[in-house]
Amino acid sequence: MNLARLMRRLKPGKGAVIAVPFFWLLLFFLVPFFIVLKISFAEQDLAIPPFTSLLQVEDGVLQSLTLYFGNFHFIFTDGLYAATYLSSLKVAFFTTVMCLLLGYPIAYAIARADPARRNVLLMLVMLPFWTSFLLRVYAWMGLLNETGLINNFLLSIGLISEPLHLFHNDFSLYLVMVYAYLPFMILPLFSHLVKMDMRLLEAAADLGAGPIKAFLTITLPLSKNGIIAGSMMVFIPAVGEFVIPELVGGTDTLMIGKVLWNEFFDNNNWPMASAVAIIMVLMLIVPIALLHRYETRELEGKGNA
Amino acid sequence: MVETVKQAAASAQGAPYLRIANVVKKFGDTTAVDGVDLDIRKNEIFALLGSSGCGKSTLLRMLAGMERPTSGKIILDGEDITALAPYDRPINMMFQSYALFPHMSVADNIAFGLKQDKMPKGEIDARVAEMLDLVQMRKYANRKPYQLSGGQQQRVALARSLAKRPKLLLLDEPLGALDKKLRQQTQLELVNTLEQVGVTCIMVTHDQEEAMTMATRIGIMSEGQLLQIGSPAEIYDYPNCRFTAEFIGDTNMFAGPVVVDEPDSVEIDSPELGSRIHIDHGITGPKGMQVWASIRPEDVHLDVVPQAAGPNVARGQVHDIAYLGSFSVYHVKLASGKVVKSMVAANHWHENSITPPTWGDTVYVSWRPDMPVVLTR
Repeated sequence: MNLARLMRRLKPGKGAVIAVPFFWLLLFFLVPFFIVLKISFAEQDLAIPPFTSLLQVEDGVLQSLTLYFGNFHFIFTDGLYAATYLSSLKVAFFTTVMCLLLGYPIAYAIARADPARRNVLLMLVMLPFWTSFLLRVYAWMGLLNETGLINNFLLSIGLISEPLHLFHNDFSLYLVMVYAYLPFMILPLFSHLVKMDMRLLEAAADLGAGPIKAFLTITLPLSKNGIIAGSMMVFIPAVGEFVIPELVGGTDTLMIGKVLWNEFFDNNNWPMASAVAIIMVLMLIVPIALLHRYETRELEGKGNA
Repeated sequence: MVETVKQAAASAQGAPYLRIANVVKKFGDTTAVDGVDLDIRKNEIFALLGSSGCGKSTLLRMLAGMERPTSGKIILDGEDITALAPYDRPINMMFQSYALFPHMSVADNIAFGLKQDKMPKGEIDARVAEMLDLVQMRKYANRKPYQLSGGQQQRVALARSLAKRPKLLLLDEPLGALDKKLRQQTQLELVNTLEQVGVTCIMVTHDQEEAMTMATRIGIMSEGQLLQIGSPAEIYDYPNCRFTAEFIGDTNMFAGPVVVDEPDSVEIDSPELGSRIHIDHGITGPKGMQVWASIRPEDVHLDVVPQAAGPNVARGQVHDIAYLGSFSVYHVKLASGKVVKSMVAANHWHENSITPPTWGDTVYVSWRPDMPVVLTR
């Protein structure tokens, strides 16, 4: 009741506070999206910019509006695109699963660590961000190469007689993907696990649940939102990832980010690249919207308490 | 007072249901629980009463199995449970914060413990329904904890801790999270429920009113030790030490040496009172021993007409008056500066046709010689 009254009183100020990020998103997300959407309905052209205009204007009068669906038609009929989208989703999915399996125990351990040590451990998780992402990927190239550190070391101690093939394959792709996205899984999981009321576990033990049972029935369900948030944080950027598959992935790795790059820079086909991007965005927006609706419902339920 | 402790010990002799034997708990250098011995009878509601940090919660957590005693034994119904894990003990606890599982409905919260016992589903449903009826929460079976009021949450927590029919129920500040009005109403409701199911119960509280209302016996704890065990009336009327006398209710405390020691009476010289305190029952202690006399405010008479000087009488000025409706507490400042509290019924002055004294008036405080309690520690 009091909160509601407070909110009403805050209304003018609140509007201004919300307007800033709203304007930001409008300017740097929604407007570019519509520009890309517009380009996706154009045809490739030898001009600057390299696509046809949708609107034919003569003497200040709109003559015609031409929407070209050829790009989308091509994407849906050429099996390569479907395979690439599927492959991107597959890579993102397995990256997410591996990040979750690896990140959950790490987040759990940090959340249950002595509060004095917790910040140091969190710092270690975030430390890689202090170095450029690209540099870190290059560092992996130096490690995984046929003449890289790992192979050289194993050869020198005589464990192997020929260099292992660690590079430019699925192994190196997933290794670096998981490495790069792991912090995005750990941080939201940590923030959910750390605020959990430990007395709930005492209550579970008191009622006869051993440690494993208590984890499965109490801790895991209560960290559900952290799992969802972390998985989204990994899955969404992983679908469109370009740098990692390009630099350490195999030559046969199909990733939509790579296709986008090819269409844009190699083929100079902006409309095609835009269409590819639009479909990817739509593919991601549907699950995000569903998630958002679910979370809002959840929040509203708790707000009534 | 020594007799009182003996009485309590004697009445507990018939095979205790729960025996806490010389239990000690140390955290590093600090001793939280310092050699507690306690016997609890079956179906008793026992309250551990003390201020925060006195070790009562640590003792409760040792009973629940969440802390392991440094030394000593806990024996429940003939079984040594000292080393059992919490999930292996036939003991359930109602937490101060209730610790209801937020992602489960009321019914699922109550069923949680039963599911751990692999009870058949039909039996679980029947038991959950029985518990919901017991705490009158049937209508709310499918609600989530956050959709309930504080009082309703408390009842669900109680139902959950009773569902497994534990041999011992532990209540940690059972009503501490409720506001005062609801708390008073819930106290008796809770006792009725506990008596209805007939469960042996140990509760921990810092609220003396709660302990006095709910418990059959009370144990006063301070600095890790049990100072006194007895029924609420025993503890109030015959405290065995200054801590208990001052912790339970309000009292006027006078320190002084024993100057006259007859078999059936003693006199204590109190410089603060400016006269002697005459008590018409003997104590076991040598002459000259330093003792304390405790006199409850309701036993202190207040007179406006001069009283003959002598033992148990002192003159002073009204320093403060606390009007509390059905009675008032007069704070009377004696010549020594000591303030004596006297509780006077609201209709006392009117019935005796006396103008009530007011601030600064000279008044006389006195008490009957059987009223003071002599304390030796």
